[in-house]
Amino acid sequence: MTKLSYYFSVLMLLVLSSTQLAAQSNPLVFKGAKIIPISGDPIENGVLVVQNGKILAVGDANTRTPRNATVVDVSGKVLMPGLVDTHSHLGEGDGGDRSSALHPDVRIMDTINPRSDTFKKALAGGITSVNIMPGSGHLMSGQTVYLKLKKANTIEEMLLVVDEENNIYGGMKMANGTNPIKGSGAFPGTRARSAAMVRDLFVKAQNYQAKIKAANGDKSKMPPRDLQMEALVQILEGKRVVHNHTHRHDDILTAIRLSQEFGYRVVLQHVSEAYKVADEIAAAGVPASIITLDSFGGKLEAMDFSNVNGAALEEAGALVGFHTDDGITDSRLFLRSAAMGVRDGMSREKALEALTIANAKMMDIDDRVGTLEKGKDADFIILSGDPFSVYTLVEETWIEGLKVWDRDNPEDRKFATGGEDTFRGNIHTHHTEGE
Amino acid sequence: MKTLRITFLLVLFAAFSSSAYAQRIAVKGDTVYTSAGNPIVKGVVLVKDGKIERVGTQSSVRIPSGYEVMEAKVVTPGFIDVHSVVGLAGHMSQPHDQDQLETSSAIQPELRAIDAYNAREELVGHLRRLGVTTVHTGHGPGALMSGQTMIVKTTGETVEEAVVTPSKMIAFTMGSMISGAINKPGTRSKGVAMIRQELVKAQAYAEKRKNDDSYTKNIRMEALADLLDGKLTAMVTVHKANDIMTALRLQKEFDFPMVLDGAADVHLILDEIKDAGVTVFVHPTMIRPSRDAQNASMETAGMLHRAGIPFGFQSGFEPYVPKTRVVLFEAGVAVANGLDRSAAMEILTIEAAKILDIEERVGSLEKGKDADIVLFNGDPFEYTTNVTGVIINGKVQTN
Repeated sequence: MTKLSYYFSVLMLLVLSSTQLAAQSNPLVFKGAKIIPISGDPIENGVLVVQNGKILAVGDANTRTPRNATVVDVSGKVLMPGLVDTHSHLGEGDGGDRSSALHPDVRIMDTINPRSDTFKKALAGGITSVNIMPGSGHLMSGQTVYLKLKKANTIEEMLLVVDEENNIYGGMKMANGTNPIKGSGAFPGTRARSAAMVRDLFVKAQNYQAKIKAANGDKSKMPPRDLQMEALVQILEGKRVVHNHTHRHDDILTAIRLSQEFGYRVVLQHVSEAYKVADEIAAAGVPASIITLDSFGGKLEAMDFSNVNGAALEEAGALVGFHTDDGITDSRLFLRSAAMGVRDGMSREKALEALTIANAKMMDIDDRVGTLEKGKDADFIILSGDPFSVYTLVEETWIEGLKVWDRDNPEDRKFATGGEDTFRGNIHTHHTEGE
Repeated sequence: MKTLRITFLLVLFAAFSSSAYAQRIAVKGDTVYTSAGNPIVKGVVLVKDGKIERVGTQSSVRIPSGYEVMEAKVVTPGFIDVHSVVGLAGHMSQPHDQDQLETSSAIQPELRAIDAYNAREELVGHLRRLGVTTVHTGHGPGALMSGQTMIVKTTGETVEEAVVTPSKMIAFTMGSMISGAINKPGTRSKGVAMIRQELVKAQAYAEKRKNDDSYTKNIRMEALADLLDGKLTAMVTVHKANDIMTALRLQKEFDFPMVLDGAADVHLILDEIKDAGVTVFVHPTMIRPSRDAQNASMETAGMLHRAGIPFGFQSGFEPYVPKTRVVLFEAGVAVANGLDRSAAMEILTIEAAKILDIEERVGSLEKGKDADIVLFNGDPFEYTTNVTGVIINGKVQTN
């Protein structure tokens, strides 16, 4: 390297890092939008102040703003928290293989491509936090990972939850109903066998847990380290949440029954027939994350699917959210999922929560994301209009005070519309997995 | 005398049962989209004996006594889905309700849709409840020639009650989307060669059929000869630009009516499509952009309209969930992505009727046409608007 190019490189580095710092440390004030903070009533002509990746203030036009702030005029727009998706298959990750129906030790975070274009699709839909899961073709397909969709070269930069001591970076994916029933090899052939295999595994985990307890810190008495058992004990101790794919009303109740027997925390995922057992779900105090589909059917356990699930669960008083299950539904149309819930009787207020704070609660990240409140992460989206109108476009997506997607930029815009060489064949569906 | 009385009662029963009782209805709308001129503000549509009797403003049209009055914010003609597989493909996705694709052979244009259509399939009702009153359905993608299609109303308990056009098109598939048939081609070019060979045979057959009374009848050749004679149309499901151009090349060589179906890459070759004068059944706006369709764009419908290329909205074929899409939703998202709003309404109605050659009967609210009408409590394209009523052949649909 010549001396000149060396100095030039150093200079460029300084310029780059200073603009990066400026974006983070100089307060930004967004003025004039209708702000939907979720934590309170919508604010006409609102003000949002962000700095160092956090929210400094949210309020009406009289909100005090720092003197050195850069003001962004967003008059006529709608501003709301970045959306939270509890169930997605973005990122080209893998879960457990066919050697077993239960893979509590398998981590999807070890296989995700942080540079995957599929994440851009989610940003185009206003999604900023996401639970990436392995598929539903197993009773337990592996550990899920909670991510912020920041621009990153490594998965570590995207992690939303980091518990290095226990190796916890997300939840655990489970499934019942028809998808894991393959009736060959290591897989169950009936629903009862499915439940028995799960019970058997959790009983083993209880035994493992008891041995650790009995050792009482004495290393010589500890059982040999077992990665499968460790993850299951985390579930038994409430440190790791189970996300349970379940559709039919009786499968939903089986998922609840198992969680109650072993005392673990579960989020019911999909719940096609939730409207049939909405009161039971609410009484169990179990959250439900629902999918929006344009028709019922496609497989037997979704035969009686209905978009009234949102209204039924809201009326019953359950904690209810929406998810994309991308590629089953499209991350770019996540707002639509909740709007279709409103079409079938859900209140606007609950439908907005079901895209944001309700999902954050299901992932234990509600202290950081899901609402626009002082001290929370500056994750927000700027919309051209009402979040539930078909004509509304996501214009900008911001994560921790940085703009990460901008519809005005053609290189970003193409991920909203699609087109030549935009999506390069990485759409995951359960169907293409042969599940 | 007794027999006569029973016959009379039976006739009376038939006349008043839901399947035969033609109601007299006045449908009032704050806005009535007729697809035959500008929308009418404060309009009314009179329905009698299954047909549209009169359309006009509420101030100019007197509602005769004895008419059931229905009111809505928005009234439109029944929507027409230009390509579906409902009725052949059932909602359960189990082998016993999947009749849209026969995999015993890659070329079976003789298969007729009317022999497999289940008029009571719940997906048909699903489309109806979302405003679709006419659907072009039948054999699906996945074989070089999977079979024929037909046009039905989304009502009736038998195919005979539902049918509008018993045989309309032959479903072709090109590109890499051929399913596991016994004589499945191993490459794209082999697939085209197989189609050409079959069409060459059909040319000879058609010639014989025209000039020689002693020809031996063959149902496969009959179907293809009907295609070459212009009585049937080839509906070619194809996505990649190079495969689309190959479809156009085949059409030129054998001179048969053709529509392109899916056509994810069509936005890359708009000039060529325009020059070819071919109609496009554009892929669902919300199609998953993967495999052959990976270049699909939500803006394609708008681009086709601005280029002046005739096209229709389709629910298409889905192998998994959702088992069918809905043209009302696909059109709405297309409008949000640049398609002119009033054009979208016409493409869902009168333009689709023209494409399917059924504009004499359906597609607009005009005197003498079938009374296929949809009622809404707001802007039909809005996510949060509901369909509040559907009328087909002058009868209010109750579920």
